[in-house]
Amino acid sequence: MASWIEKQRSILDYTLSSLMRRKGKNISLFIVYTVVVFILASAMFFTQAMKREASLILKDAPEMVVQRLLMGRYDPIPLDYLQKIRGIRGVISADARLWGYYYDPVVGANYTVMVPRNQSLSPGRIIIGNGIARDRMINRGDIFSFRAHDGQSRSFTIDGELPAASELVSADLILIAEADFRDLFGFPASHATDIAVSVINPKELLTIARKISEQLPDTRPIIRDEMVRTYDSVFDWRGGMVIVLIMMALLAFVIFAWEKASGLSAEERREIGILKAIGWETSDVIAAKTYEGSAVSFFSFTFGILLAYGHVFFSAAFLFAPALKGWSVLYPDFRITPFIDPYQVAVLFFLTVVPYTVATIVPSWRAAIVDPDSVMRS
Amino acid sequence: MILHPAIVALVLVSFLISGMMLYSALFGFRVIRRWDIQSGSEEQLALERKTYLISTILSYVFVFQIGSLFLYVYTADSLHNLFIGAMCAAGSLYVDPYGYPTFILKILNCILAGLWLIVNYVDNRAYDYPLIRKKYVMLLIMMPLFITEGISQWLYFAQMRADVITSCCGSLFSSERSGVGSEIVGLPVKAAMAGFYLSLALTFTTGFIYWIKGKWGRLFSFASGLLFLMSGVALVSFISLYFYELPTHHCPFCVLQREYGYIGYLLYAALLTGAVSGLGAGILMPFRKVPSLSGSLPIIQKRLAMICLIAYAIFAGISIYRMVSADFTLGLL
Amino acid sequence: MIRLSNVRKGFNLGRPNEFIAVGGVDLTLEGNRITVLKGPSGSGKTTLLSLIGCMARPTSGRISLLRSLLGHNGFLKDGDMPEVEVTSLPERFLTEIRRRTFGFIFQQFNLIKGITVLENILLPTYPLGKKHRVVRKRAEELLDMFALGDRTAARVEWLSGGEAQRVAIARALMNDPPIIIADEPTAHLDSKLSGEFMDIIARLKGQGKTIIIASHDPLVFAAPFVDRVIAVRDGMIGGEGA
Repeated sequence: MASWIEKQRSILDYTLSSLMRRKGKNISLFIVYTVVVFILASAMFFTQAMKREASLILKDAPEMVVQRLLMGRYDPIPLDYLQKIRGIRGVISADARLWGYYYDPVVGANYTVMVPRNQSLSPGRIIIGNGIARDRMINRGDIFSFRAHDGQSRSFTIDGELPAASELVSADLILIAEADFRDLFGFPASHATDIAVSVINPKELLTIARKISEQLPDTRPIIRDEMVRTYDSVFDWRGGMVIVLIMMALLAFVIFAWEKASGLSAEERREIGILKAIGWETSDVIAAKTYEGSAVSFFSFTFGILLAYGHVFFSAAFLFAPALKGWSVLYPDFRITPFIDPYQVAVLFFLTVVPYTVATIVPSWRAAIVDPDSVMRS
Repeated sequence: MILHPAIVALVLVSFLISGMMLYSALFGFRVIRRWDIQSGSEEQLALERKTYLISTILSYVFVFQIGSLFLYVYTADSLHNLFIGAMCAAGSLYVDPYGYPTFILKILNCILAGLWLIVNYVDNRAYDYPLIRKKYVMLLIMMPLFITEGISQWLYFAQMRADVITSCCGSLFSSERSGVGSEIVGLPVKAAMAGFYLSLALTFTTGFIYWIKGKWGRLFSFASGLLFLMSGVALVSFISLYFYELPTHHCPFCVLQREYGYIGYLLYAALLTGAVSGLGAGILMPFRKVPSLSGSLPIIQKRLAMICLIAYAIFAGISIYRMVSADFTLGLL
Repeated sequence: MIRLSNVRKGFNLGRPNEFIAVGGVDLTLEGNRITVLKGPSGSGKTTLLSLIGCMARPTSGRISLLRSLLGHNGFLKDGDMPEVEVTSLPERFLTEIRRRTFGFIFQQFNLIKGITVLENILLPTYPLGKKHRVVRKRAEELLDMFALGDRTAARVEWLSGGEAQRVAIARALMNDPPIIIADEPTAHLDSKLSGEFMDIIARLKGQGKTIIIASHDPLVFAAPFVDRVIAVRDGMIGGEGA
């Protein structure tokens, strides 16, 4: 055992030193390899981060939301539906929610205007998200004017800013009192935007949802888990799609790796011949070649992942910026929370290192079966 | 079909593994027909050289196979929220009929690849390669299993539709339902415990006797295989309960998650090592009379037996420690 | 003692470019002797040398080595026959025998460029998995013996012809093999260096080594301490002299 370790150590030593001697030959492989890992890792980190942001948003969403449908479109819901929903067994609470969008022509952005459920605001006062504060350069105590549904202007005093914990959730949010909300949008007092429902046992969500749509046929219950599922499958699909698109590049890379590994220079062939002549066995040479491949993989893989990490989390995926632009004009400082899952690294490993390794098996073996007496015959 | 990066990776790896197995099996066919160690012909020399390639390929197959087993379980787990009712891998694997068969095949193929490498290692230690035909016959038998696994995995992912209502592990492994999982749970905990501890005792007794006296090798090997199965049953039936400290959560996959310190990887690695080395010692038993192996084989077998015992000791040690130290109790201990 | 009986080696058999390098050689080589295989280039003496040195397997025929010549080999059980037939051994075991039994000196020295003298002569020890400290000590002793002590860290491409040749000899001796095989060792050396080489060979014989040289250089086969000269032509053994 000790001698086996000593042997592997010596072979590894020799491999690394010969890798360094042939820097030039390996540099192009290293670059291409790193770029492939970088692109794949960027795509995966990015979709994963989007998934995470979405789930963070949804984490605070109610378990179930009931909307009213009119002509197949989403419409304000009458408040007397609340009683019917509360009457269903298993429902803890049903609350009317008031929220809508307001277009601000000054910065050309849509704000989300919302009446907070667990916080009462005095009329005439609002709380704004830090994205709005930044863009409009307004602070606590300032006055914010809206153009109401009747064309008149309404002014509100800013009572505070929302914490910047999750910008994506709250950057464009305006919290407002219920009376002000109805006044601003001309929203009838008998209706709400939708109804948030919470239930005793989450396992009964489906049953309750079915009961609601039976009793109130013009409504549509939306379960939070369904949203999570939808987001997840959309982002997974995107990630998978990107990978399938990159597959072609991956194939090209594998062919390149194969060529690189097969194209033994006369010098290298001679060197392997010498090693075999002085007592190295075929499996020793294969071991050396395996170490060589592992070293190349290790450095390219690590480097590619680090680059992708920087790209996605510190430069806001500037290469993917065109795709991001449509998000909203309000997120100039959009940063994704840095996060890496070991599972993703494992998937990346299977997508890059494994095909590379397989591509080099046959060339390594071919190099290793050079006849030991070849050095005598030349 | 759900297009998830990990699914792409798993399908890709299964393609590569199947391709490598197919290539090796085709070569194996040639070896079985043409091998003649006495000959110095160029064909024989070429065959001998190629055996190095096949050894290398199979080593990679083994490594990738282990990786793909864990990636598979992990992927099933990460997909669970696409399916209503699936709370972890146990539920995701249940969304179509190919989930569990793929899982079982993956384990089986891991063990087979490990056994092949053991036979190969032993064969390479004898100057006349006495097991060469046998090991390539073995390869021919293994190849269809690997291909089946690849196809089954493909069908599993291809038939997958998000939002399919499935049973979660809560109901899959709850006693009122029928199915593989519930049969194991339905087994009285006492019987599962008895089976586990008895096969543990049998493996260790025969193992030590084999290690000291060199006797009862076959029985030991059989016991180690039985212990592998029994450990699986025990894991679902009662060991998992102590890890989760929940009386109804029988899922064997959740232990792989971060909440449990990834302890599951150690448990499963120990189980696989135990099975491969224990069974490996057993399949070598018939070859102890081969003259060129008679010197080295008993030493290798004893080493395998030792590895097997250590691996199972790790598994049993962690499990029993957990059962003793957990606040939770089934009211049996 | 090495015994060859009816040894043949052909390449590309059954194809139009079929070529018989060695055709039916019977030969017995004694231990602790200097034997020279003499013949023009292409006569098959290099192939014969590679067969004797367990570098290649013959197409047919048998080659046996006296067990006492072999170093310690785990796979050969003690108490077997006094001779070991190497002909049907697979490459894995042939290599095992070769690296403990034979030391090779090549025509072009075949040192690996870009690494140091020390690393070069350590290379044959790597597959044996011996302790680094031990083999390094042996390497330094050998280098001192060949007056290369101050060139240890030099790269091989900086060496003079004489130094490169002595490094090649040191490398051949690294695993302390009982048999030294040299293929045209003086082809790239001037007369003075060739003389020095033959002196070293004589010294090695004095230490009990068996030496087999393939050469058509008169400085080699006419050297006074050569025990036996075997003429090789067209893959066959011709006349003999001493």
